[in-house]
Amino acid sequence: MIGLAQLYALTGLVFGGWAIATLLDRQHAARLRGFGFWGLISLEFLAGDGFTDFENGVILLAIVALALAGAPGKGTPATSSDADRAASLAAHGNRLFLPALIVPGVALAGTFIFPRLGQLVDPRQVTLVSLGLGAIIAVATLLIWLRPPARAAVHEGRRLAEGVGWAMILPQMLASLGLVFALAGVGDIVGALAPLAIPDGNRLAAVLAFTGGMAIFTLVMGNAFAAFPVLMGGIGLPVLVQGMGGDPVVVGAVGMLAGFCGTLLSPMAANFNIVPAALLNLPDRYAVIRAQWPTAALLWLFNTALIWGAAFR
Amino acid sequence: MTTLPSLWPLAGIALVVAGFAVRANPLAVVVAAAFGAGLGAGMAVPDIIAALGKAFVQNRYVSVPWLVLPVIGLMERAGLQEAGRALIERTRSATSARILLIYLGFRQITAALGLTQIAGHAQSVRPLIAPMAEAAAVRDDPALDDAGRNRVKAMAAATDNVGLFFGEDIFLAIASILLIKGFLEGAGIVVEPLQLSVWAIPTALTAFAVHGVRLWRMGRRR
Repeated sequence: MIGLAQLYALTGLVFGGWAIATLLDRQHAARLRGFGFWGLISLEFLAGDGFTDFENGVILLAIVALALAGAPGKGTPATSSDADRAASLAAHGNRLFLPALIVPGVALAGTFIFPRLGQLVDPRQVTLVSLGLGAIIAVATLLIWLRPPARAAVHEGRRLAEGVGWAMILPQMLASLGLVFALAGVGDIVGALAPLAIPDGNRLAAVLAFTGGMAIFTLVMGNAFAAFPVLMGGIGLPVLVQGMGGDPVVVGAVGMLAGFCGTLLSPMAANFNIVPAALLNLPDRYAVIRAQWPTAALLWLFNTALIWGAAFR
Repeated sequence: MTTLPSLWPLAGIALVVAGFAVRANPLAVVVAAAFGAGLGAGMAVPDIIAALGKAFVQNRYVSVPWLVLPVIGLMERAGLQEAGRALIERTRSATSARILLIYLGFRQITAALGLTQIAGHAQSVRPLIAPMAEAAAVRDDPALDDAGRNRVKAMAAATDNVGLFFGEDIFLAIASILLIKGFLEGAGIVVEPLQLSVWAIPTALTAFAVHGVRLWRMGRRR
C-alpha cells in the first residue's frame, strides 16, 4: 500500500539532494551549516522512525540551533538568466502554462481514482500521495520537454527552498508544539478559566466569549483545530448549547469559522502567513497578516452575529 | 465551585506571545514555549525533548507538500513568471483587482469541492498569481513604488488564504468538519456532516463580498 512511508522516503531524498548540492556549492557562505540543516531534515524523513523519541528531539534541537546560526543560508544554485527565460518564452509562448496544470490535474484525478483502486493507496493519504505523484510526473515532463540538465531539478528546488529558509520547517515545528501543549494540559486550563469570564445568563456575552476565545486561542496556537475542543468543551457545549438551548450545529460549524479568523492573524500559522511572505521575498515577515487583518476582523464580527442571531431560534 | 488546575503550563503561551511581540526567531520561540509549558507542568527536561522529538516525527506529513518546489523551480527556470507577466501586459482588462477576485472565487469553489491541494502559495501564488497581479498593478500605475508592489503581492497571498479557509468548510469530508462532528458525537449529539457544511455557506458568501470589496478598493486607490 502506498502511503506515508513512501512519501517520507521521497521527501527525504529531495531534502537530501539539497544537502548534497549545498555541500558541493563552493560559493555558499554557510556551506556546512546549510548541509547540516538540510541533511538532518532529510535524516528525519528517511530514518526518523528508527530513532528513539529522545534522539529525534536532540536532532530537532540541532536543526533549530543550525537555523539560529544562519542555516540554511543562500548559495548560488545554477539557474537560467533573464535572457534565457525571455528566449524560452519566445520559443514556447503560452504553452509554458501547461505544466502548471500537471500537479493540480493529478491531484484532481487521484482524489477520484485512487479510492477505487482498492488497497493500492492508503485511503487516508489520497491527497498527499496524489500531490507526490503529481510532483514526480511534472518534474519528469519538464525534464523531457525542456531538456535542462537533470541536476536542474535539484538546483531549482534548492533556489526556492533557500528563499524560504528556516521557515520551511516552522509549520512542522508548530504542529509539534501543539502536541507538547496538549501533553502539558494547556487546553484544559484555558477551558477551565474561560467560563469564569461570562456574566450569568447573558447570551451576547457568552457568544462573544466563545467566538472571541476561538479567535484568540487560535491566534496563539496558530490552529483552529487546537482551539475548538478547548472552547467548545469550555463554553460552546456547556454554556451556549446545554445552558441556553443553542443549536449545536450552528455553534459548532460557525464557531470553527470564527477560529479561522484567528488563523488569518496568527504568526503561529506559519504555512499560511509567514512562509508565503518568504516565498514572495517580502521584506516584512508580517506583510501577509497586515494584508488580511481587515477581512479577518469583519468576518469574525459576521460569525459572532451569525451565532447570536441564528443559533437560538 | 470547581478547583482550578495549576496555571504554570500557561508559561508556554506567555512565551509564545512575548516571543512574537519582540520578533524573536519563531523556531526559538517554539522551543522555548515547549520547555516553558513542559517545565510548568512538572515534566523533566529529557521528557520534554522526547515529547518534541516524537511530535516532530509524527508531524512530518506537514512538510511533505514541499515536494512541489522542484516543479515550481523548473517552471520558473523556463520563464513561467515572465509568461504570466507577458499575458497580463497584453490583456489590459485584467486589472490586479480582477485577477485576485477571479482567483478568490476559483479558490473558494475548488476548496468547497474538496480540491484544497490544486492551488496554494508555492504552487500558484508565487509562480503565477502574485507576478500577474504585480504586473497588472505596475502596468496601470507605472509610478508604483516597491512598497506598493509588495502590498499587491501580500494581498495575493492573503487572497489565497481567505479563499481556502472560507471555501473548504463547505466540503463534507474536510478535517475541520469531521472534528466538529466527532466532538459533538463524543458529547452524545449526532449530526450529519451536511448539516455542518451548510452552515459554512453564509460565511463563505460574506468572505467573498468582504474581501472582494477590499480588492476592488485596492485597485481604486491607485
